[in-house]
Amino acid sequence: MSGMSEAAAGIQPRERDIARRETLRQLAKSKTLIAGVLIVGFWVACALFGSTIAPDDPLELTDVVLAPPSGAHWFGTDALGRDVFSRVIVGASETLKIAPLATLLGIVLGTTIGLITGYFRGIVDESISRVIDAFLALPLIVLAVTALVGLGSSNTTLIIVIGVAFTPIVARTVRATVLGERELDYVDAAKLRGEGSGYIMFVEILPNITGPIIVEATVRLGYAIFAVAGLTFLGFGVQPPSPDWSLQIADNYQLLSSGTYWWTVLFAALAVSSLVVGVNLIADGLQQVLDR
Amino acid sequence: MTDVVTADAALEIDALDVVYRVRGRDRQVLRGLTLNVERGEAYGLVGESGCGKSTAALAIIQYLPRNGFVRSGAIRIDGRDVLALSGSELRRHRATAVSMVYQNPGAALNPSVRIGSQVAEVFKVLGVTGSDADDRSRAALETVQIADPGSVMKRYPHQLSGGMQQRVIIAMALATDPALLILDEPTTGLDATVEAEVLDLVAGLQSELKTSVLFISHNLGIIQKMCDRVGVLYAGRLVEEGDTESLLNDPRHPYTVGLLRCVPRGGVRKDHGRLDTIPGFMPNVGDDLPGCVFASRCTLAEDRCRTEEPDAHVVGLAHLSRCHFHDRAQTLPREFSADLVLPDVDRSGAPLLRFDDLGKVFAQGGHDVHALVGVSAAIWPGETLGLVGESGSGKTTLARTLLGIIAPTSGAVMFDGRDLAGTLGKRSASDLRELQIVFQNPDSALNRRHQVRRILRRALRKLAGLTGKQADARMLELMHSVRLSERYVSARPSQLSGGLKQRLAIARAFAGDPKLVVCDEPTSALDVSVQAAILNLLVELQAEKRVSYLFISHDLGVVRYVSDRIAVLYLGRLMELGPSETIYDGPHHPYTEALLSAVPTIDGEARERIKLDGDIPSASNPPTGCVFHTRCPRRIGAICDDVEPPLIDVEENHLMRCHIPLDQLRALQSDRTSLKSTITTT
Repeated sequence: MSGMSEAAAGIQPRERDIARRETLRQLAKSKTLIAGVLIVGFWVACALFGSTIAPDDPLELTDVVLAPPSGAHWFGTDALGRDVFSRVIVGASETLKIAPLATLLGIVLGTTIGLITGYFRGIVDESISRVIDAFLALPLIVLAVTALVGLGSSNTTLIIVIGVAFTPIVARTVRATVLGERELDYVDAAKLRGEGSGYIMFVEILPNITGPIIVEATVRLGYAIFAVAGLTFLGFGVQPPSPDWSLQIADNYQLLSSGTYWWTVLFAALAVSSLVVGVNLIADGLQQVLDR
Repeated sequence: MTDVVTADAALEIDALDVVYRVRGRDRQVLRGLTLNVERGEAYGLVGESGCGKSTAALAIIQYLPRNGFVRSGAIRIDGRDVLALSGSELRRHRATAVSMVYQNPGAALNPSVRIGSQVAEVFKVLGVTGSDADDRSRAALETVQIADPGSVMKRYPHQLSGGMQQRVIIAMALATDPALLILDEPTTGLDATVEAEVLDLVAGLQSELKTSVLFISHNLGIIQKMCDRVGVLYAGRLVEEGDTESLLNDPRHPYTVGLLRCVPRGGVRKDHGRLDTIPGFMPNVGDDLPGCVFASRCTLAEDRCRTEEPDAHVVGLAHLSRCHFHDRAQTLPREFSADLVLPDVDRSGAPLLRFDDLGKVFAQGGHDVHALVGVSAAIWPGETLGLVGESGSGKTTLARTLLGIIAPTSGAVMFDGRDLAGTLGKRSASDLRELQIVFQNPDSALNRRHQVRRILRRALRKLAGLTGKQADARMLELMHSVRLSERYVSARPSQLSGGLKQRLAIARAFAGDPKLVVCDEPTSALDVSVQAAILNLLVELQAEKRVSYLFISHDLGVVRYVSDRIAVLYLGRLMELGPSETIYDGPHHPYTEALLSAVPTIDGEARERIKLDGDIPSASNPPTGCVFHTRCPRRIGAICDDVEPPLIDVEENHLMRCHIPLDQLRALQSDRTSLKSTITTT
């Protein structure tokens, strides 16, 4: 082991980076986390390299319409003769652009608001928290649909709408963590050397609450994928002719009632669920280790 | 019960090795621990944090953490091999044969269950039912001198004070008449006066019930008061064991010798010289220690000590020492301190800090809590003002008010000839620089995500206006002055030991050459050997920089060592203020007298204990008249209940708030027998 070199470095080996190493070790041991990373990693790889992996052009229209799964078309073809397998392979790319960016926006805004309300408390907290409560009382989809109708549908709008919708939820989590953290003496020590509130919030407190924020971010990412899928299905999200999974489901779900053309919907549905499940597995794995 | 009289000891531990498996490696925590607790005996196990005390206790009740296990050795309680018990036998065994009292009574009681049900549960486990269990619970609470068991049983744990909670725990522990009672630091979180009460109770019960007790503590004073025999544990090995008197008066292991010397006692003050310390650190858990476990820190160690494990030498009647040179242990070199020149305090000049009539009222749940009431005092350049009082007396509120962390409701603070604003936001850069603090708990006071370099450089930038190379140079100077090695510059606080963390916190406070540093219990989270080093450092810095301290502590020995003058607070009011020696030697305020008598010392001359009735009253509804009259053992009559005594000069430099004239106090306090009669009649 590296016991000798650590001792030589002068820092007690017992203390040296023990927390960080232990965290990494536990993360590497978490089966939940590994399963999640494998699933999400698979879809990310598909989104990045999908066009080269896919046997056919996902947008190419052919005469072979609504063919059931076969050797030529593993997942069959849809009503416009497009290869479903190829469409499933590349179908994550839009979602995987929008959802992480929306999550990032929500985390940045929410963390800022959470730090401010948790740190200042009092009247600042009261007023912002009441607005947040009111916001949380409205269903996300209603807010999102209203905003998208008003602003017009585009990827940017989608990111903003979902990010803003997540902000109060993130803010509430961060605020709760900050409330505990601000009672620690290092905050008083910072005030006693004349640090400003911004410095205390972002340089002193923020580095100490990254664990819960990372966990919150992964949980939010799962919901963001869900939100993108939902809004796309309703026609407010990703627009045709993109091979997006939810769009595939929206385009074809009416065919389901016939009971014959199940492959046009099933594979896309499985894909979107597996991605959400994968992200949530990551969130659970991280939570078990980081949120002790 | 079927009390079969056997020759078995209450507890026998034989060559016990306990290891924790961490990351696939076995780390040895206990190394061949052998000890016996005879029937009816109180055995004290002392040692500093990390020595394996608590692991020993957990092994005895077979409640080691999941990664810990007994590798070899034997544990027998009442003659039964604990390690061979099956699951259900073990449960039965824990229910009847052994009980444990933990450090934090608040955490040991279920917050959502009434006291009555919690105590009754102990009996229900034994098969007692219904009203019988209630009756026995009542009796159990009476045993621990709870005056009104009926009403206590109806209450929830949070409605009881810490001392009462610990009594309830002790009642539950004794309820089953266990063969062995383990007390793991049972009074560490309690105030001195409450601690004394709990210890008196345990001592009384122990001699009355003839319970066998394993008393785990880091405090030698408590051990002396409570125990017949004592074992000193270091790095998992029992290095010395013996009769309490002989071990404390004639220690034969260098570690014990060092430990005894670290504690400020016998009235030593900073001008008498430095405190002895134990250099170095305890070996890490699981380190390979071929020779004597203490060799790396022992100034008497020779080559043999590092290679050859010492046997347990018999050095007296039932007195064992694991030292090759046990006959020389007491020649352990002492700290040499001729160079320490403390500043002369000139009290004819202007004080550095003066606060007048300081008051602080907190609004809490609809009513006002008077945390500070008309407190006035001054601190001169280069002096240390000690601040003592029980928790809830307003010590920390006073410190925070002076620092500007909380604004006073009334009164004024003058610092270095200028008025200080009430809040930090309105104070100038020099106000901030010159008035700093060292907090109690360095884990909380240091940002765990910041490196030493960042912590110190930021303080230097904000408090001394230094950046770049200048800041680096000054940072190294600062680290040097607090004896924090340069190699730690890139370390984070979690990589430092408790003592090093506190050194870093001190370095940060001194970044801007402060004139006054508030020390809020700076050593109470540390082991005694580390405490001594930190106290030495603070005194050295005072000698070097002429800094003044406001030194808050509940440890009266520590306060006495560092302080020139001492202020005694009770319920937010100043009860007494005077030179350190006067406060300790008396005549003193009855409250000070009670505080002093509550402290268990290892000096031999045991003070007559003055019992205080009940707990410190609520600051939201303080008693009329003298606020101390409800607990005062020297109350003289109606005047105490109705008229608040003024704080007056009773002699030169000595202020006191008491109706009893000084001469009368002197007579009362010099006469121990009269004191005793006062106690018995009250």
